[in-house]
Amino acid sequence: MKAFAELYANLDATTSSNAKLAALQAYFRDAAPEDAAWAVYFLSGGRPRQLVPTRLLRDMATEASGIEPWLFEESYQSVGDLAETISLLLPESTYTSEDGLAVWMEEKLLPLRGLPPLELAERLPALWAQLDQPSLMVCIKLITGSFRVGVSKLLVTRALAAMADLDSKRVAQRLVGYTDLSNRPTAEGYLKLIAAESSDEHAQRGGQPYPFFLAHGLAQPVEQFDALLGAPTDWQVEWKWDGIRAQLVKRDGRLWVWSRGEELVTERFPELHSLVSGLPDGTVIDGEIVVWKDAVQPFALLQQRIGRKTLSKKVLEDAPVAVLAYDLLEHQGDDWRNHTQAERRAQLEQVVTQCNQPVLLASPLLTATTWQALAEQREASRSLGVEGMMLKARDGLYGVGRTKDMGVWWKWKVDPFSVDAVLIYAQRGHGRRASLYSDYTFAVWDGPPGSERTLVPFAKAYSGLTDEEMRKVDAIVRKTTVEKFGPVSSVTPSMVFELGFEGIALSKRHKSGIAVRFPRMLRWRQDKAVDEADSLATLQDLLT
Amino acid sequence: MDLVIARPEGLYCPAGDFYIDPWRPVERSVITHAHGDHARTGNQHYLAAAPGEGILRSRLGQDINLQTLAYGEPLVHHGVTLSFHPAGHVLGSAQVRLEYQGEVWVASGDYKVEPDGTCAPFEPVRCHTFITESTFGLPIYRWQPQAQIFAGINDWWQANIAAGKASVLFCYSFGKAQRILHGIDASIGPILSHGAVEPLNRVYREAGIHIPETLYAGDFNKTDPLLRQALIIAPPSAGGSSWIKRFGDYSDAFASGWMRLRGTRRRRGVDRGFVLSDHADWPGLLWAIEQTGAERVMVTHGSVGVLVRHLREKGLDAQGFTTEYGDDEEEAGA
Repeated sequence: MKAFAELYANLDATTSSNAKLAALQAYFRDAAPEDAAWAVYFLSGGRPRQLVPTRLLRDMATEASGIEPWLFEESYQSVGDLAETISLLLPESTYTSEDGLAVWMEEKLLPLRGLPPLELAERLPALWAQLDQPSLMVCIKLITGSFRVGVSKLLVTRALAAMADLDSKRVAQRLVGYTDLSNRPTAEGYLKLIAAESSDEHAQRGGQPYPFFLAHGLAQPVEQFDALLGAPTDWQVEWKWDGIRAQLVKRDGRLWVWSRGEELVTERFPELHSLVSGLPDGTVIDGEIVVWKDAVQPFALLQQRIGRKTLSKKVLEDAPVAVLAYDLLEHQGDDWRNHTQAERRAQLEQVVTQCNQPVLLASPLLTATTWQALAEQREASRSLGVEGMMLKARDGLYGVGRTKDMGVWWKWKVDPFSVDAVLIYAQRGHGRRASLYSDYTFAVWDGPPGSERTLVPFAKAYSGLTDEEMRKVDAIVRKTTVEKFGPVSSVTPSMVFELGFEGIALSKRHKSGIAVRFPRMLRWRQDKAVDEADSLATLQDLLT
Repeated sequence: MDLVIARPEGLYCPAGDFYIDPWRPVERSVITHAHGDHARTGNQHYLAAAPGEGILRSRLGQDINLQTLAYGEPLVHHGVTLSFHPAGHVLGSAQVRLEYQGEVWVASGDYKVEPDGTCAPFEPVRCHTFITESTFGLPIYRWQPQAQIFAGINDWWQANIAAGKASVLFCYSFGKAQRILHGIDASIGPILSHGAVEPLNRVYREAGIHIPETLYAGDFNKTDPLLRQALIIAPPSAGGSSWIKRFGDYSDAFASGWMRLRGTRRRRGVDRGFVLSDHADWPGLLWAIEQTGAERVMVTHGSVGVLVRHLREKGLDAQGFTTEYGDDEEEAGA
């Protein structure tokens, strides 16, 4: 645990990818395979379900720290991270356990799940007493399932590949599905990740998907496209669908559906199960799951469905899904990722046609002779319910992750919706922004200027400001606080921000009657007075 | 009658007609220590503890009207007996003890309870009412013994030398810088100090405090190989400046009590955070308050509300004093 906590501290302390890579390599070089197995799991985003309910954890930590609950709460507000708060409050331990991460996980932490409170009250303090402060913080993050550190899966892959002298694409391939809840990290599994290449590896792949190829944002003006991208005819152009990116894997008479988070989601989409008969064995399709009723439906519908544990008949009728296929990664059992985009597309169309099922459609291609003409077509994005366009190099191969070395995909999104809104509540942030007021609630007016009107909250946002701006906002919040409700402060309205968001829908859960997607701050409008902010009517106009 | 009250100009003693660390110019000021938020220019008369004279004059002007008293030496003014007692914060820092008609108040200024060798150690003074700071007034703030912190700085410095990098350590230039210089192992390599730090080193040396030899950072060329082995002590404001660029590929660190929190550490964006403060930690505050035997406690700058509530729950008569003391570390840490 100590070595893993040190790795966490090293990764946390730097923003340099090289320094992180060096820290990862140093860790994996010395770690026992069973410990490394868990480290890979956590570092590439694996999260076991919460082991101890947060409420209990807090109560027990407060008790063990010998402080009043309100003092714990004040401390938490100041630190902004529960695991860190607890680790700073518990009695300092002089002794540190020599047990590795695997022993901690398998023998000490996982067995805590489901234990009655009395039993936990006995076990937890005994465990805590074995760890120094940095290890304790990491340990509690593992217990709460909130372990996160700034490394990408790609970086973990690179570290393992360099250490094992393997192609990093091979390691990425082996890592797919490693963090799925059904997989329990073991020494054996870890050794497989870094084992030398073998000839039967491809045949042993089961339902394994391929690592997703990810797109880069394209924000340059269209006038520069000729210089940047060359002729539009070199590009495969499609709509950018607003759904769930997924891979359909059909092998050995079975179908697996994997989400972009490498989560197995086959059970959530029963209407896709019929594809098991339509697709030949040895087929892997990359595409987008959307709600489809002759045309794509808003993401909000899909979202409501994802949240459900059980899918009622009504839900399936109201929000039926289909897959818009846009790539073919495996065909007749062969890895097709080294074929060009154009070849893959041609073959994909055949596969879709032969499958001949309404739940599998080929994502249509868009054509034009000039970028300007494509830009004009793109104007229709909003009314078509898409986010913009995807541009894929026709001679590009299918890469791993967000890379450009084998081919490139660009996402050419339409500008976000935007309105000018007023900051009315502020909450202190977490992690790097602990103790700063960094999470804000925004409101618009419920009437036109000059009328008797009030501000109605409609969105929360916490991203988009520079650190410098955030410090300024924080200072203003502190000066203009009217009332505090726990960590939230209401302020005298004085600050206007241009808020951007991707989608807008009617909502019964929000006071304003409106819900927006991915709200963020585009600009601090210091030039605008509160009276000049937009009103609900502006938002309602965007709905149509 | 209250011996000290809060007024717009500062903490005021009505019986003696003087202010303690006023933030607006007044006729008579009693200064606890020379940090900028406690010692300001423009007062007609200054009274301070003798060991702080050098620093006060170097910061406020050689010609200020300053009277000094040795620690423990009493002075009677309008019937109020005043004396200074070590606060252990920085060189010359003092608590102010006031006695009037049998009633004793002590104003702590800023204080630290762990002795550090660069100033007279904190000395608890019995009183009826104690005015305490609360900069680190939350139980999450607990300091490790400074020897451990210095060992950490030494290790970091040595590792940087091995990697061929300069070591840039940011810290507050008065007090913290000298404490670090005093505490580290100067045999590891050359030590350079920033132009804002060096004059204070001089005052400390003149006061007989051991500060190892320091070179002036401005004297070195970017290509000088000595820089790759050097420890550079600089104020936080030097971060991101062109001054810092001369050190090429360097590792940086920040020494402050605020480094206890991961969020502040990350916000700073330095490679390392060393948790080293010249203020009392939570156990230190509570210990100091208890040692005074005071039944009444006035809490100033920091976590006023938290400390007041905690002391009240322990049965003390506690209340907050609104002051304009910022915090030397806050400025540096935020």
